[in-house]
Amino acid sequence: MPEEKKAVRKKIAAAADLNNFMRDYYLELDAAAQKGTPKIAWCTSVGPAEILRAFGFQVYFPETHSAMLGATRMATEFIPEANAIGYSPDICSYLTADIGAFLKGVTPLEKAFNIKRIPRPDVLVFNTNQCRDVQDWFSWYGEKFKAPVLGVHTYRGVGEVTDKHIFSIAKQLEALIPPLEKIAGKKFQLDALKRTVALSRECSELWKKILDTAAAKPSPITFFDGTTLMGPAVVGRGTQKAVDVYQILLSELEQRIEKGEGAIEDEKFRIYWDGMPVWGRLSAHAQLFSLLKANVLASTYCNSWIFSALDPEDPFNSMARAYTELFIVRADDVKETYIKNMLKFFKVDGIIYHDAKTCPNNSNCRYGMPQRLEKQTGIPSLTLNGDLNDLRLLSDEQTRTNVEAFIEQLQEHRG
Amino acid sequence: MITEPVYVGVDVGASRTKVAVLDASKNLVGYDVQKSGTDFMATARQCLERSLQMAGLNESAIANAVSTGYGRTNVSFARDTRTEIGCHAVGCYHYFPMAITIIDIGGQDNKVIKLDEKGRRTSFKMNRKCAAGTGTFLEEMSARLGIPLEGMNYLATHSTDMVKLGSFCTVFSATEVLENIRRGKKIEDIVKGVFFSMIRRVLEMDSMTQNVVMTGGVVAHNLYMVRMMEEIIERSIQVPEKPQLTGAIGAALYAMGGSSERD
Repeated sequence: MPEEKKAVRKKIAAAADLNNFMRDYYLELDAAAQKGTPKIAWCTSVGPAEILRAFGFQVYFPETHSAMLGATRMATEFIPEANAIGYSPDICSYLTADIGAFLKGVTPLEKAFNIKRIPRPDVLVFNTNQCRDVQDWFSWYGEKFKAPVLGVHTYRGVGEVTDKHIFSIAKQLEALIPPLEKIAGKKFQLDALKRTVALSRECSELWKKILDTAAAKPSPITFFDGTTLMGPAVVGRGTQKAVDVYQILLSELEQRIEKGEGAIEDEKFRIYWDGMPVWGRLSAHAQLFSLLKANVLASTYCNSWIFSALDPEDPFNSMARAYTELFIVRADDVKETYIKNMLKFFKVDGIIYHDAKTCPNNSNCRYGMPQRLEKQTGIPSLTLNGDLNDLRLLSDEQTRTNVEAFIEQLQEHRG
Repeated sequence: MITEPVYVGVDVGASRTKVAVLDASKNLVGYDVQKSGTDFMATARQCLERSLQMAGLNESAIANAVSTGYGRTNVSFARDTRTEIGCHAVGCYHYFPMAITIIDIGGQDNKVIKLDEKGRRTSFKMNRKCAAGTGTFLEEMSARLGIPLEGMNYLATHSTDMVKLGSFCTVFSATEVLENIRRGKKIEDIVKGVFFSMIRRVLEMDSMTQNVVMTGGVVAHNLYMVRMMEEIIERSIQVPEKPQLTGAIGAALYAMGGSSERD
C-alpha cells in the first residue's frame, strides 16, 4: 500500500515573537476593557486604524477574532446560532461565526490567552472596502453594546484611482474626527495622526519586504505561514511594536535566503493563491502542498495589507488613497494586471483560486478571470470550492484530488 | 496467449471498484467491477483475484500496480497512487490519441478533462459539492420513481415527450419529479428529463473542444445519454469499448510507465 507520507516544513523561529506580540495585544485590550481606560474602538481590517490610534484608542479587529474562530475550527459550531437570528448561511461566515460565538458567550481568546470575553467597544468604525457585511456586523454589535457606529463608505470596481475618489474618501475620514473627539473626550492632534500614519507605513513596508522574500528560489516562506504572520500588519498598524517584531521576522527570512533554505523541502512548483485562506485547514493545506513539493508562496490576500500610499505629511488624502488602491475594491482589469505582475515577480507555475462560498468579494474566479489570465499568461489555474470559516462548505477529499491532479498537470507540462 | 508480466490498475470509486489488467502490449486481458462497499481493501482484493482469474494468471505475474479513485490509498497491493483525473486522461488518450475533451460521469462526481494533441492535460474541472449530474443523482431519481437503475436507459429511449426539470439541486429535482408523477406524466418522459438534467449540469462545467469522449459507469449503463449529448453539442462523441474501466486502464498504463515518482 502506498505509504502515508509526512512533509517536512521548516519552522520560523520568529513566529514565537509574533505569538507574543498577539498575546500582548489581546492582553492590553482586555486590561483596557476591564479598567475602562484607555477607550476601545472596534475597527474593520482595513478601516481607519491610524486615526483611532492617534486618539489613543485601543483598537480591536473583529475580523481577526473571527479568523481565530476559523483557525481553531470553532466557527462552524457557532455559525448556525447567527443563522437562527436571521443572518443567512450564504453571507460572510466571519460575521456569522463571530456573532454566533458571541451569542453563546464563547471566544477563542479564552483558550489562547485566558481572556474570557471580547472587549466592549466605546465606538465601532468600519470601512466598507472589505464588503457591506462589515457594516451589518458592526451595526449588530453597536446595538448590542449601545455604542455608536461610524463608517466610511468606499467605492467599488475602481479603475484608475482619481482625485474625486480621494477627495470623497478623505472627506469621510475627516468627518470621523468630531464624533471621535466626543467619544474619546479629547481634541484631535494632527501630529499624533502623522505619527501613526508614519508607523503604519513603516509596518506596511516591512510586511511587503517580508512577503517579497518569497520571490527567492526556494522561497523561505509559504502563504500558510503568511496568514498567521500577518497579525501585526492587521492589528498592529500604527504601532512601534508591530514594526519591531517585523524587523526580527524579516531578518530571519533574509538569513534563510542567504543560506538557500526553503520553507518546504525540495520546492519544485511555485503556486499563487488568490482568495481567502480556509482558516480551519491551514495546516492540512500546508501539508498537502508541501508533500507534493509545491510551495504556495504568494497571495492576493496577504499582500492586501500593504499600503504604500500612506504619507505622514498628507495623512487624510494618503489614507484615502491607500484604502482606495486596495485590490478588493478595484475593477477586474486592474486586478488582472496586479495578479499578472505578482505571477511574474514571484515566478509562479500555477494559480489556485479559492472560491469561498460566503465571501464573493474575495472570490475572484466568478467572472471569467481565471480563463482570461490563463489565456494571457499561459499559467494554468485551479479553482477550489470552499469557505473561509464554514467547514460545511468544503470537501477535503475533493480538495486533495483537485490539488494532486493540478500538480500532476504542472508536472506533465514540465515534462 | 497472454504474455507476462502484466500491469494492474485499480480504480476504487465511491460507488464501484474497477480493476484492469494489461499485458505488456497494452491489451486488456482481465478486469472486474464490484460495488465498493465499506471495505475498500477487501473489494479491491476480490476484484484483483477475479481479474487475474479471467486472465488465467496468478499474482506473481504482476509487475506493478497503481491505484486511483477515492479509495486509492486503501489498496494494499498498489505500489503508487494517481488521481482519477490523471488516470482517466491517460486511459482515454490510449484509445483516442488526439486532442480531446473527456466527460466522465461517475457515481460521486463528474469530470471534464481537456487534453492537448500530445495527451497532456490542459485543464480539468470536477463538479462542485452537490450531487446534480452525477450517478448519485440518477440513483436518487430511480428510487423516487420506483424503477431499477438498470432499467432507466431503456425507458429514456422510449420517451416521446420529454419532461423538463428546471432545478439545479437534487432535492428540488426530486420534488419536481414527484410533481410530474402527480400530473400524470409518463415515466419514460420523466426519465429522459432526468438524463437531460444531468447532461445540462455537465455541459455547464466547461466548454467542449472538437473531439469529445465520454466515460464512466453512468455512461456505460446509459448509452442513450451519449446520443442525447451528441444531439445537444451537434457532433458525434467517442466512447471507449469499456467506458467504466477507463480510470483503471489509465492506472494500469501508469503502472506500465514504471516510474512511481511524480517528479
